Amino acid sequence: MGELAIELKGIDKSFGLVHANKDINLKVRKGTIHGIVGENGAGKSTLMSILYGFYQADRGEILVDGRPIDIRDPNTAIAAGIGMVHQHFMLVENFTVLENIMLGAEESRILNAGIARARAELKRLEREYALEVDPDAVIEELPVGLQQRVEILKALYRKADILILDEPTGVLTPAEADHLFRILEQLKAQGKTIILITHKLREIMAITDEVSVMRRGEMVATRETGKTSVEELAELMVGRRVLLRVQKGEAQPGDVKLSVENLTVRDSRGVTMVDNVSFDLRAGEIVGIAGVAGNGQSELLEAISGIRRAVSGSVLLNSEAIDVTGNADPAELRARGLAHVPEDRHHVGLVLKFEESENAILGYHDDPKYRKGFLLDIDAIRADAEEKIEKYDIRPPNARLKTANFSGGNQQKIVLAREMERDPDVLIIGQPTRGVDVGAIEFIHKRIIEMRDQGKAVLLVSVELDEIRALSDRILVMFAGRVVGERAPDASEGELGLLMAGVEGRKEAAE
Amino acid sequence: MDLLQLFLELAQSTVRLSTPLILAALAGLFTERAGVFDIGLEGKMLGGAFAAGCVAFVAQSAMAGLLAAVVVSVLLSLVHGYASITQRGNQIVSGVAINFIVAGSTVILGQAWFQQGGRTPALSEGARFQEIELPFAEALRSVPLIGPIYAELLSGHAALTYFAFLMVPFTWWVLYRTRFGLRLRAVGENPGAVDTAGISVIWMRYRGVICCGILCGVAGAYLSLAANAGWTKGMTAGKGYIALAALIFAKWRPVNVMFACLLFGFLDAFAIRYQGTPLPLIGKVPVQLMQALPYILTVILLAGFIGKAIPPKAGGVPYVKER
Amino acid sequence: MSVPYAKLPAWAEYGLIPLVNLIVAFAVAGLVVLLVGESPLEAAYHMINGAFGRGEYIGFTLYYATTFIFTGLAVAVAFHAGLFNIGGEGQAYVAGIGVALACLSLDRIMPWYVVFPVAILGAALFGAAWAFIPGWLQAKRGSHIVITTIMFNFIAASLMNYMLNRVMKPLGSMSLETRTFEAGGQLPKLDWLMKIFGLSVGTSPFNVTFLLALAAAFGVWVLIWRTRLGYEMRTMGHSPAAARYAGIKEARIIVITMMISGALAGMMALNPIMGETYRMQLDFVQGAGFVGIAVALMGRSHPAGIIPAAILFGVLYQGGAEISFEMPSISRDMIVIIQGLVILFAGALEHMFRPAITRAVLAVSGRGHTEAAVKGA
Repeated sequence: MGELAIELKGIDKSFGLVHANKDINLKVRKGTIHGIVGENGAGKSTLMSILYGFYQADRGEILVDGRPIDIRDPNTAIAAGIGMVHQHFMLVENFTVLENIMLGAEESRILNAGIARARAELKRLEREYALEVDPDAVIEELPVGLQQRVEILKALYRKADILILDEPTGVLTPAEADHLFRILEQLKAQGKTIILITHKLREIMAITDEVSVMRRGEMVATRETGKTSVEELAELMVGRRVLLRVQKGEAQPGDVKLSVENLTVRDSRGVTMVDNVSFDLRAGEIVGIAGVAGNGQSELLEAISGIRRAVSGSVLLNSEAIDVTGNADPAELRARGLAHVPEDRHHVGLVLKFEESENAILGYHDDPKYRKGFLLDIDAIRADAEEKIEKYDIRPPNARLKTANFSGGNQQKIVLAREMERDPDVLIIGQPTRGVDVGAIEFIHKRIIEMRDQGKAVLLVSVELDEIRALSDRILVMFAGRVVGERAPDASEGELGLLMAGVEGRKEAAE
Repeated sequence: MDLLQLFLELAQSTVRLSTPLILAALAGLFTERAGVFDIGLEGKMLGGAFAAGCVAFVAQSAMAGLLAAVVVSVLLSLVHGYASITQRGNQIVSGVAINFIVAGSTVILGQAWFQQGGRTPALSEGARFQEIELPFAEALRSVPLIGPIYAELLSGHAALTYFAFLMVPFTWWVLYRTRFGLRLRAVGENPGAVDTAGISVIWMRYRGVICCGILCGVAGAYLSLAANAGWTKGMTAGKGYIALAALIFAKWRPVNVMFACLLFGFLDAFAIRYQGTPLPLIGKVPVQLMQALPYILTVILLAGFIGKAIPPKAGGVPYVKER
Repeated sequence: MSVPYAKLPAWAEYGLIPLVNLIVAFAVAGLVVLLVGESPLEAAYHMINGAFGRGEYIGFTLYYATTFIFTGLAVAVAFHAGLFNIGGEGQAYVAGIGVALACLSLDRIMPWYVVFPVAILGAALFGAAWAFIPGWLQAKRGSHIVITTIMFNFIAASLMNYMLNRVMKPLGSMSLETRTFEAGGQLPKLDWLMKIFGLSVGTSPFNVTFLLALAAAFGVWVLIWRTRLGYEMRTMGHSPAAARYAGIKEARIIVITMMISGALAGMMALNPIMGETYRMQLDFVQGAGFVGIAVALMGRSHPAGIIPAAILFGVLYQGGAEISFEMPSISRDMIVIIQGLVILFAGALEHMFRPAITRAVLAVSGRGHTEAAVKGA
């Protein structure tokens, strides 16, 4: 066993009532790529934030290169040779690349003296690691892949020997991710130590030397990558066999309920996010939209549900047009039978400061059954909420509790209960199980299948390919704003992965 | 009166009236660029003016007055900083509070200490900032055009006026050419980036707030030690708010701030000069309309009919580490 | 996400916390009194005595409170929709035109109970109109409502100066005010109400507007917690993204909220114009619009909190007058300081004492575990 770059002993950390890290021990060998896997909320990011000095551990010891170090803030971590690439980039968007790289590592009080040297150093790093980027480009005008490169350069500029990457591929296309892995291999060859945090097992298998698994705040195992398997890691992560196949019968597709034609949507910066997308959604089927996050799925959902205005194209709901390019009104669409479980339940799907019962009517508050004269019928609203709590096993069963006090899974059930119980014709669901505990995932998947079996048309967007494959009757793959292919749910992961990377897609679209 | 003389008169009073605006608006620029909004410029200026009036009278020294103004104004800005940075309170509410506290306490304390009913005792020449005659001003006066401009427009202002106008390029230089400026701008845009770079977000923001306090103090001292001979109740008369408007109008850029302040100063000067005088084409304009014009103009500008003002992205939002 | 505090029982949330904030504000104000060389205790005595010593004093206290209930409600309504209306001062000022117009045209031909509803309508309309413009500018042009409403306060001051100078002043008069209204423009005092408690209203201008203020407070409660509009306002105030998702029209809510807020601020004008001076005078608002900010913050934007907070400020105003009479070195500007301190401690520093209070309350009541255990996962 080689020298250790990092050793963590008995790290413990709580946030209020949440015990995020429980007595964590970890050894990372020098010059290796060490993966840390775990589900969302397993405590990986917290652990790494402690290592980077962003949070302080309540207990425990950190050793860097065999020496114990008290890492109180990012400065100590940087001085100890630790660099971090955050999941959400820590870049000042209206600064240039050079300004971002210098920030915090300026050589003197007056910038001019340092700028030339910083530029030279940046050039050297670019050459050495093949990380080209224009030092004078403004960050907000760069694609995400390049922004991430700037983050890596920032760490290298600060002479980091140990590089932590937190979910680095979440925002990347598979092609960009592969490029990132080549960069990481090269960094490793130059003697750098890399810690890769991810929940994607494919990446772990592809690139790491060793892998540690976290589950619910605990470090449950460390394995040599060559001597383990995806199955073993998955089991360690989840704690029991993953239900990869949801029990479901054949789909019985009926009439077209939702018809999207040549839909194009731009974001606030004018960038085309959805590019001429067309598809039909029938009653009694689940159409899944697969794709790496940021390829237009979010904007597609927002345009269909009337939250974001489309530039062109048309959408028919129950054969009647929705004014997607004009003043489509989410409230009106609800009345016409469209229910929407949004991707971001914290900011969009729920008002966290409301009582549970108040959230149970969000968007449906115009319904006459919640009204008494010109007032809201509070009793009817609470009774309605309690009914749903019962039916969806929402815990704790208290309609008057503030929504922020429910767990992620229960919050999601509040949204699902609200949207599903309206008996909609079309249900569109974004990220149904993001940040949701395993028990709730199973429940949610079953409910989605039930909706289909009741003859609803379901449009499902998820970045979890497993989820898409398990639930969908047809899979559409989105890449760079376009639907680049349609596959049956039994298509191989590799085939879908290639489509998501835009590799196969280009050919197909050209035909 | 010949046209040049008319122009010079207006221009000179424009410079005088815009001096406190420039100082206060630059003050606001430092704090808002750091991500801390401040509608308490008015209160800090008033507090500074009061402290300057008191201390300059007691010590019979303008410099002592200036120093007192800066100290008081910085203390007030630290209260604002404590509320909005450390306690993560609502920055607008905090600013409003400070404006009231100062408005009330200056009157009470002034009355208790000097018993002159809402004013500090009139200052003698020595306790005020004198107008500075630039070299050769008199000698050059006879040179056509340039002479009068030099002698009457450029020369003959208080030291603080020159200071205010020199602060404009200096602020630009600090903001765009120094480490402090780079970090200050970063902390107002994305404090997370600053934090992960190993720089204290809290301390950076406090430094921005302190800079604001210093400049507001100078602006206050200008009012009571240069523009007037002592402090009077409510003497800022909305200048803090006008400065705030100028800052927004200038899109938080130092050189634009100067032009915006000169514009508002000019409107003020114009209103004073032409009160009740019928204007060509327009006729007689009610004095009330002239008084309201800067505010009306600001509203029109704010409504985005001229460009769009995009504030620092993290402005008004207290910094909380994720989770 | 902000730190989720354990939920406090209502008495602590709406009673204890404002009380602690108030005590601290008064302690600091006491320091100022000491600095001036007077005794804070004596000042406190004069204040309490001045506010409650006699039926007449209580009448004055409640007269001021009436004004502050309106302006406090105005700020609170806007708060619920996530808007900060600093323009109550200007809205109340301009609303004076509506009241004056109603009185000037009807006071000689109609009794007060006919003029009053017209004047209420006038006040609400003019107040709402003055708030409409900043609301519309925010909704359609994205101008920051805080800045615009501040500007509109200054514009209102100029406008009213012009109106009283050139338009509404009787010919030949020197002072900037309308003519004095006849009987129809004079609201009856609440003698009968005071008599129930065995008190006399005396010379105080405590009038029926007080009842209107109470009704307005109840109306605001219904609006915010019992109507769809209120539900939509609160949704937007908490989360604009959720409001958009729910099909709530942001621009419409902003404009309507601001108009309701302006109308409430405007109704304040009834109290001094029809209830005290029987004419509209220059600067009759006298900072009441700003007091509303302190009242709303202290009352935690809930009518049940706003009424006691308004009465408290009534005590300050009436008691403050007594203090300045007995102790000349403490002028009524003292109130402005306390107002600022209340805004500071109840508003900007609201979180300062909360963690300690939360711990103390939970320790005492021992209910912390059940409520706290809900969180987690």
